[in-house]
Order: sequence, then structure tokens, then C-alpha cells
Amino acid sequence: MTALLDLSGVTKAYPGVVANDSVSLTIQSGEVHALLGENGAGKSTLVKMIYGLVKPDAGQMSLNGASFAPADPRAARAAGIGMVFQHFSLFDALTVAENIALGMENAPPMRQLAAQIKAVSETYGLPLAPHRLVGDLSAGERQRVEIIRCLLQEPKLLIMDEPTSVLTPQEVEILFKTLRKLSAEGTAILYISHKLEEIRSLCDAATILRLGKVVGHCIPRDTSAAEMAELMVGSALKPPQKVAAPVGDVLLELRDLSLPPASAFGMPLRQISVSVRAGEVLGIGGVAGNGQDELLSALSGEVTVPAGTVFFKGDDLARSHPNARRAAGLLTAPEERLGHAAAPDMSLTENAMLTGATRQGLERNGILNWKAARSFANQIIADFDVRTPGPGNAARSLSGGNLQKFVIGREILQRPEVLVVNQPTWGVDASAAAAIRQALLDLAEGGAAVVVISQDLDELMEISDNFAALNEGRLSAVRPAAGLTVAEIGQMMGGAHGMEVAHV
Amino acid sequence: MIRLDKRPQPSRAMALATPLLAVLATMVFGGLLFAVLGEDPVQSILTIFWQPLFGEFAFYYRPQLLVKGAPLVLIAMGLALGFRAGIWNIGAEGQYIMGAIFGAAAALAFYPLEAWWIFPLMVICGGLGGLLWAMIPGLLKVKFGTNEILVSLMLVYVAEQFLSSMSLGLLKNPEGFGFPGSRNLQQYASAHNAEIITGSGMHWGVVAAMIAVIFAYVLLTRHRLGFAIRVTGEAPRAAKFGGVNPARLILFCLGTSGLLAGLAGMFEVAGPAGQITLDFNVGYGFTAIIVAFLGRLHPVGILLAGGLMALTYIGGDIAQSQLGLPAAAIQVFQGMLLFFLLALDVLTNYRLRFGAAEVA
Repeated sequence: MTALLDLSGVTKAYPGVVANDSVSLTIQSGEVHALLGENGAGKSTLVKMIYGLVKPDAGQMSLNGASFAPADPRAARAAGIGMVFQHFSLFDALTVAENIALGMENAPPMRQLAAQIKAVSETYGLPLAPHRLVGDLSAGERQRVEIIRCLLQEPKLLIMDEPTSVLTPQEVEILFKTLRKLSAEGTAILYISHKLEEIRSLCDAATILRLGKVVGHCIPRDTSAAEMAELMVGSALKPPQKVAAPVGDVLLELRDLSLPPASAFGMPLRQISVSVRAGEVLGIGGVAGNGQDELLSALSGEVTVPAGTVFFKGDDLARSHPNARRAAGLLTAPEERLGHAAAPDMSLTENAMLTGATRQGLERNGILNWKAARSFANQIIADFDVRTPGPGNAARSLSGGNLQKFVIGREILQRPEVLVVNQPTWGVDASAAAAIRQALLDLAEGGAAVVVISQDLDELMEISDNFAALNEGRLSAVRPAAGLTVAEIGQMMGGAHGMEVAHV
Repeated sequence: MIRLDKRPQPSRAMALATPLLAVLATMVFGGLLFAVLGEDPVQSILTIFWQPLFGEFAFYYRPQLLVKGAPLVLIAMGLALGFRAGIWNIGAEGQYIMGAIFGAAAALAFYPLEAWWIFPLMVICGGLGGLLWAMIPGLLKVKFGTNEILVSLMLVYVAEQFLSSMSLGLLKNPEGFGFPGSRNLQQYASAHNAEIITGSGMHWGVVAAMIAVIFAYVLLTRHRLGFAIRVTGEAPRAAKFGGVNPARLILFCLGTSGLLAGLAGMFEVAGPAGQITLDFNVGYGFTAIIVAFLGRLHPVGILLAGGLMALTYIGGDIAQSQLGLPAAAIQVFQGMLLFFLLALDVLTNYRLRFGAAEVA
């Protein structure tokens, strides 16, 4: 039997880095094949070549035994390859059917298309009303739009790039049912992820990439997560050490914090009440877009909130601006590194000045002390092992993990009493992520209150003392993290977000 | 085949070299343009760039460089502060007119009184006139989110109408035999912005331009506010996270650029121009936009660019009168300069690569 897709010796180099070095991969019809690897291992480049977005420098690809070299995604789609990207490309202000029509080469009339969408969505257990506005859909439902868009083309191979990063555990189960059904019908699925347990429950085979090379194949069902992790990272990882710190006074308290949405499709904050004590790590989970950014900006002071909602050591800081909050000891680190936590084209020295001016005494009467800022930047680079030639380099020249270490380090070195971080290890390689988590734990051990907002549940379970979840701008009740089950967490995150399992 | 590769970080060397490359490219293509028009290209370029500085009549042209350069630098410096923060004041021409009207009106209100405080009062009123005019787009943007580009630009035409009304009405010279235009401030000693050193072209506007350059340089490199301006231009969200209040920054940038444009207008009306007339404004406010970009929005660069622009103005005049080149050709020549500068700008962030494309 010829394989559906066969890659042999595929190589792709970018200036300064070999993204894929002689990668070989075989996928059979109906197989669910996992592509496993850390950030920067070359997973994205490989699937971009299969999808015709990037041309390989060397190597052969064949589809059903015939040579396959798609010139562009349209050619790849015509050959029967569909792809669901991690970041959705949908228009909020259009309906589901309109969005799908936009992605098709020759879309049928709207009425007929709506009927097709309904048919496909019912067949595969993905209920979706064609006439709803995409702006009103949850992340899980948006992903359904992307999947249905692919399924309408009846692909032989469906590529899914980190599909579960935006889903609750319940939504993940629904997705897996769909994928299993597709695979049973003979559609092959190339599943990209670094979540090992998911891969073990879903995939038939796995190919593991590290630094652009294939470092191993395995049958996920028969391999332990630890073994796969070791293949992925190349060495055994040291998990962060957590010391149970004595819990002290309440440092940060939110009382009935509400915030109207910033835009038509924005998420409001709804009556959030929570308190965090000295030495405590509070983990806040939730699917992306459920108020995480809004909560962070309400705490950083980028948006001011009604008086009497944000208390720091008993003082009302709700109407204070960012630097007043920093002066008090409430520090934050937003999710988006480039453009929010740091200015991409400015040097690390300038970025150290950005938030360090107040607490580090880098300015006096408005006059900036650049020498002091440079030594502060150097201190961050040294203490947090930021790999860069020096503080004069632009923030955007750093890799994601290094910049994240810089951003987190910048706030931690200012000795915050309360530190709020959003997605501290998003897109960061495993060793840098472990270092960042350890730094957060050390900070809490030193008597600070730490709030970690994250979509990575494993991370939250690893470092949090207490756990709460954001769902549609509401914060669930806070519960001790130890002993929480996945099902309970999923319920706190809003269950399946009103999505239902179609009965198939 | 030529490809563009994004540099990991902007190249400093290229940021300095591109203005020079742009001037060179303008000389080459401008020469070609003049050749097509039937003139000797080398001679034309020499007329424009050499004659005003080192030619036979340079003693007359050199002071003109200061007279023309000062308002350009003064206005461009203010505009550059806003441009750096992504706040686009396109209406400096209007603020320049309002500064001139306010300044002249302050003096004429006391005519013929001679007192030491009249000139300082004119400076204050001139700056205030520009500032108030620029506050209109500023406040509208802060309160209602209007586009400052459109509002400031449209206010130029309002200011021009205002200028006509003043020259024909309120400020009209009662002894002017019915001609439009105010009294000539050059003949009113207390109000005259005279040359500080006779024959040098150095008037108080030149001094103000120098002070503005130094002030802006210190602000941008050493002061919290200058840092706020730069971060806002580079990454508005990061600036907000860093504690910048965007509304205040908008008002500061528009206010400062209006103030400086108003001062430029006031120094012009009290000195080289002498009076409020129908055609008082000659486009300094718009040319200053080119000067600001030609100078890379950097104070020292703007100083040099203002000089260069003044040179092409004066040289262009000479080329018109001596070689008979059409005025339009000179304007095309000046336009080329901005065009090449913007086009070559890409080299700061990208590297050119020659060679074969990716192998499929």
C-alpha cells in the first residue's frame, strides 16, 4: 500500500538557521500522526512546506505515490490538503457562511453553502449555525468554522496546528471525537502539538523534531509522556521546586471589579472579586479571549476602573495610573511581548527604562539616567540568563524565550510586592519556561503575592497554590489547586461554552 | 534578482547614509530632468547647489539662507516631535499664519507707541496664536477621536481666509491708499525683528530656531517626555503600559508644533516680510514637513535639512532667473528629494541581496 504522504530528506534553511534538516515522514490514509517538538523545532516550517506556503530547498515530497510540489496553498488544497491554523483568520463582522465563502475558490450561492455547512457540521458533530456572526462565537466555535471550511473541500489530509491551545478540556473532547470520526472515514490528520497527554490519547504515530531534525518516532499509546518529553527537549527537565511558603496578609484585593468592553467584540469584566495574600501564587486559567487581557490592563493601570474596586495593601489604587501603581509595588507583565511589554525597535536599555524608571530611580525630575538604565538592563541580562550580545540590541532581535526572560526579569528585579503576569511562558522553550516558573515561585517564597494568568493548565497546576478560571469576563470561585481534577477545572472554565456534542 | 531581507535591527549607518544617497540620487535624476528640458545638467545642478554658497554673488545669497532656513527649521522641529509620536500635524501653514496675525496685531494695537516690551509681547502672542490654532485639532482628537491630519489641514484654509479678512479689514493700513495689507512693521522700530548683525541675515527667528533645536535634542535624548514621545511612536501599547498618558501627549505635541510654527510666522511678519498681506504665506509650513523627514526627525538632521532646503529654494530661484528653468521643474526637483528619501528609507530596515532566488 502506498503511503498517502511521503516526505524524504526535506530541508529548508533560513539565513542563520536550518529550520528543517533532511526530514523524512510518512503518513498513511486514516492515520492520526503527531508532529511533536518544542517551539523552534521546525514543526511550522515543515507543515508550511506541505501546505505550499514555503518551498523546500532540497528533498522530495510525494502524495499517493506521485511527486508533490505545491506552488501555493491553492495547489495544496486542490491536491486534497487542508490546514487549520493556530491563529484564526476570520472576520468578526461577517457571518459564519460569509467567512467560509471568502476562503473558497468558487463559492456556491449562499443558500446552498449554508445547507452544505449544516450538513457537514451535523455529520461530524460540530454544530454551527451558518448565519451567526463570527464576532459572537467562542474560540471553540471559531475553530469549528475553520475546520468546516477545510472539510467542505473534502481533504485527504488535514493539518491541525496546536488546535487545543484555545479550548477548554470539554471542548477538546468534542474536537477529538470529530477527529476520530474523520480518521475512521480515511482522512489522515497531521496533528501538531507539544501537549503530550493529548497526543497519547489521540494519535496513532508520532514523529519528534528537535532543532530541525527528526530525533525519533514512537507509538504514543505505548510511550510514556516523560519519554516523549525527553526526546523533545534532549535532556531530562528539572521541574520547578515549590516550597510551601507561610501565607501572610492580603496584598491585592479586587472588589466587584467590572469593566465595559473596549470594542464591539471585546470582552467585559464582570464583578470580579478575589484576594491574594503574601507568599501565595494564584493561578487564573481560562480560554483565550475570556477577559485575560482586560484583567491585566485593569491591574496595570492602562485602563482606570471605578474607585473602590482595586485595593493594594488596603489602599484604593483603582484610579491610579501605571507608574503610581508601580511606585506602590503592584507590577505587571502583559502577554504580548513585542509591542506591549516591550517596544520592538528600541534597545534593551530603553526597554528597561520603560517600566523601571519609577522604582529603580532611573529618572530624577524628568531627567533620565541612561547609565543607570544600562546597568539595570545588564543586571536583568545577567540574572535571568538572557542570551543577547548586549543591552544595546533591539528587543525584536531576541528570540521569544529570551525576550520573555527579559520582560519577567525586569519586573521581578524591581522587587514587586504584587506581580501579575499574563501567559508568562507562551511560545517559550521548555528550559526557559522552567526558569521563568522557578523565578515566579522564588518571588512568592520571598513574600510577594503572584498572580499568574495562563492558558497552560499544566503550568498553572505546577506552580499555583490556588486556582480560579476566567469565563466570559467572570472569575470563578477560588479553589486550592491541589487535588483539582481536569473535569472540575473544565467546569470552572465554562465547560463546553454552550457548545454541544452532536450525536453521531 | 534583487531581494530584500529584513535586518535584525535597524542599521545606524544606513540611517545616516540614506539622506546623503537621496541628495545624490536627486542630483542625478534632477540633472536628467534638466537635460531633457534642454539645459546643461551639470551647469544647472551647480547653479542650484554652488552659486548660492560660493558663487560671485554669494555675499547676497548667504544671508538669504538663514532667512529662509530659520522658519523651516523652527516649524520642522515642532512637527518632528509629533511625527515621532505618530501625531500628524499637517497644518503648520495655518498655525504659521495665525502666529503672524496674532503677533502683528499685538504690535499694531499699540502703534505708534515705542516701548521695549512690545517685541517680547509680540513673541508671546505669536506663539499663542499658533498654539491655539493647533489646539483645535488636538482637543477634537482627544475628545472625539477625530483625525488630526484632516482637521489640521483644513484649518490651513480657514487660516488663509482669516488672513485675507485681516489684510482687507481689521489690520489694514489706514494710510495704505486702499491697498490690502497692514502697516509695515519694518518701519515700526519697537516691533521690527531686525537683523542682529547687519548684513548677516541673523534675526531673532534664527536664534529661536537654534534654541528649538537644542531644546528638542535635550528633550528627546534626556527627558522623560521625549522618551514618551519616542515609545509612543514605536509602540503605542508599550507606551501606555509604561505609563504614558496618550491624550496629554497628543496635546503636548500638537501644542508645541503649533507654538513653534506660530513663532516662525511672527518672526517672519515682523522681519523679512514686514506686513500682513494677502500672499503672506509662501508654503513654509508644508515644506517643513519635507524638512522634518529629510532630517530623519532628528534635531541635528533637521538643522542640516533646513539648510539644504533653503539652498534649493535660493538655487532654484537663481536657476529660474539665469537659466530660465520653469518654476514647475524646480518643484519637481524638490519633490524628488522627498521621494528618494522615503524610497531609500527601506534600506534602514532591510538589506539588499543580489543573487538567485530560493531554489524550489
